[in-house]
Amino acid sequence: MLDSTPGPRSDEAPLLQTVGLTKRYGTFLANEAIDIDIWPRQIHALLGENGAGKSTLVKAIYGLIQPSEGEMRWLGEKMVLSGPSEARSRGIGMVFQHFSLFDNLTVAENVALGLDGKESFKDMSARLQEVSNVYGLPLDPKREVWQLSVGERQRIEIVRALMQNPKFLILDEPTAVLTPQEADQLFVVLERLKAEGRAILYISHKLEEVKRLCDTATILRGGKKVSTCNPKFETAASLARMMVGADIKEVRASAGRQVGIPRLVVNDLNLEPDDAHGVRLEHISLELRGGEILGIAGVAGNGQDELFAALSGERPSRDPGTVVIDGIAAGHLSITRRRKLGAAFVPEERLGHGTAPRMRLSENALLTGHAASGMVQHGFVNTAAMLLTVDRATETFDVRKAKRDPEAASLSGGNLQKFIVGREILRNPAVLVVSQPTWGVDAGAAAVIRQALLDLAANGAAVLVTSQDLDELAEITDRIAVMFHGHLSEPMPTADASREKLGLLMGGSSLEPKEATHAVRA
Amino acid sequence: MELAEAIILSVLAASTPLLIAATGELVTERSGVLNLGVEGMMIVGAACGFGGAWLSGSIIVGAVCGIVAGTLLSLIFAMMTLGLAVNQVASGLALTILGIGLSGLIGAGFVGERITPAAHLHIPGLTDIPLVGRILFGEDAFVYLSLALVVGVWWFLYKTRAGLILRACGDNHTSAHALGYPVLRIRMYAVMFGGACAGLAGAYLPLAYTPFFIPGMTAGRGWIALALTVFASWRPGRLVIGAYLFGAVTILQLHAQGAGIGIPSQFMSSLPYLATVIVLVALSRARTGGSTAPAALGTVFVPDR
Repeated sequence: MLDSTPGPRSDEAPLLQTVGLTKRYGTFLANEAIDIDIWPRQIHALLGENGAGKSTLVKAIYGLIQPSEGEMRWLGEKMVLSGPSEARSRGIGMVFQHFSLFDNLTVAENVALGLDGKESFKDMSARLQEVSNVYGLPLDPKREVWQLSVGERQRIEIVRALMQNPKFLILDEPTAVLTPQEADQLFVVLERLKAEGRAILYISHKLEEVKRLCDTATILRGGKKVSTCNPKFETAASLARMMVGADIKEVRASAGRQVGIPRLVVNDLNLEPDDAHGVRLEHISLELRGGEILGIAGVAGNGQDELFAALSGERPSRDPGTVVIDGIAAGHLSITRRRKLGAAFVPEERLGHGTAPRMRLSENALLTGHAASGMVQHGFVNTAAMLLTVDRATETFDVRKAKRDPEAASLSGGNLQKFIVGREILRNPAVLVVSQPTWGVDAGAAAVIRQALLDLAANGAAVLVTSQDLDELAEITDRIAVMFHGHLSEPMPTADASREKLGLLMGGSSLEPKEATHAVRA
Repeated sequence: MELAEAIILSVLAASTPLLIAATGELVTERSGVLNLGVEGMMIVGAACGFGGAWLSGSIIVGAVCGIVAGTLLSLIFAMMTLGLAVNQVASGLALTILGIGLSGLIGAGFVGERITPAAHLHIPGLTDIPLVGRILFGEDAFVYLSLALVVGVWWFLYKTRAGLILRACGDNHTSAHALGYPVLRIRMYAVMFGGACAGLAGAYLPLAYTPFFIPGMTAGRGWIALALTVFASWRPGRLVIGAYLFGAVTILQLHAQGAGIGIPSQFMSSLPYLATVIVLVALSRARTGGSTAPAALGTVFVPDR
């Protein structure tokens, strides 16, 4: 296998090696006897489902946790890390998935905190400028992080890691929050780092990306290493099979889906931002018919949250006509009134928005079902009906949990998401508005949820899906529109929506240069 | 004129304990820990400070006793909130109740005794300048110390790496931990500094303000110090302005009562809190984003190992 990959020669030791690395939490084995070799001049992918043990392994390599058994070798010699600062001084850098940034500190201060403080703040700031120029990652050192976009925040993390001149850089799902174009820019930087002789460990869920970028892939499942392979010789399906350990059920739309009458209509919706971070929605119009799934793509923070709030009634409008549900003007109505009209909503955040984390599933079922179900009778709650809803959702959507009615927070992300989507679908809604349906959900659960959305549409409901995952939208939607700076593009048939087209719209470029030329002539 | 000078002198004296206690609490809160036990640490500092000074005859020994007592009490708080991850609000309130009880016990033997209060600076020539001489060059050592303390804390927070790390812990403890900073240890030091300051602020009362100890003599100054930290929006510079403003309100309230002005004294004593609320609203409206308070303030942190 090694012969097929460029870089390493058999007579030298790998840059970093883990030998039988095991991490135990109580009786739970998060990592079990993992052997992994990292060579210079290579981009090494680390693949696995949520809970496969990727972050545990990476935390051990970065010195954040101590392995229970096994050892790490750095250039062939045993290495025990007392903490991240020792890892950094050896030449190991890390770009975190949930950025390890400080919102209320400046860019320069954030970078300084990631370094070991041996140089003065002034020298550090100068070097920050230099590194960010060299790698084409522009940053303004004086801005506070909360003012920056997600892409800019990631730049801070990368520049911070590069300023330590690392031999080995770990990136945890770096493209999850980027537009395709931003991701391409990142790949250019990564290729360059590789050419400079550095090693990169690249964690990602996006298999096509891994095939394109990585030289080697190690696949984890259930805390164990399943295989090491060259992803260029694999297909996305074969990689996915190794990650899941079984074929993933293919999501399929039922044939002969009828597109019916308009069930959700939005007419010239405008919404002021409710805080300084918010986005102003401007002139949003769309029409969604029964049996149809409309996807809304876009980089996070372009007004998707505001649109969800406007549709769900969390932020009602003064003008009733802005949102029409099944022919009834509902723009001014509360969430409960909209639910009574047959609308259902699944917000992006599972814990805290979709469910009350410390309440039981049955209570969470009641929270959205109280208006239009048998769970409340004459002002009293019907516990039996609540539990029945939990059981039905459990059965229909394969929700795995330890007991019949646990607290919402005790479920894994995928299972909780299946429960939330199931809870809404069981109410048989006319309109379902769902935001990021499979964000952070493992492949198996994602397939169940996508299938459920397709089936719901097949039964005549109108489904609006907001997602940053273009593959997901391509798989389940009929039409796709893109949200940018509070504007919604004209929806296009999914068949015509190439990644490139969508990427341009997500980055704010208009598809039609005609308007511009008109303007010039005029 | 004599009256104005007297009022300013008494304002400075009344403001100093507020300034010292609030400076300590500011550092604690900047690290992300909300210690509502300031009142309790102050009153124990007052009892121990007076006891130390009375037994030894030295104001300095008294001040050190106050500092040590405040620090020890804050260590109990640190053990509960940082070691055992107990809710900070509940622990802080418990600390105040404990402190009030403890100070009565410690101070019981000293009630009715008197000491010679801390000497005031006297520089011949300078102190004798009319009007400003007494105010600028005739204070006790605590007044100068409190101002030096604020400058020191400002310099520490904004000009040193350790200060940056402390602010980072208060902004996002998860990130600070991920970068390898010992969040809990840093917070413990910050809590101890807060305790030491509260103890010193408490000791100031019997050592310099009134030369005797009575139970409950802090009379809510710890709560005002907490409000002051918020009023100052966690910035040392604004703390000085706020402390003298709050001190002035306290003194004016006494003078207003003496002069028979018909404003209820309860209203006057509520002014600091009212001002804090107004400032909070004004700040959150003025700021376009981010957070004025340390973002991790009052949240429990348990590192994974």
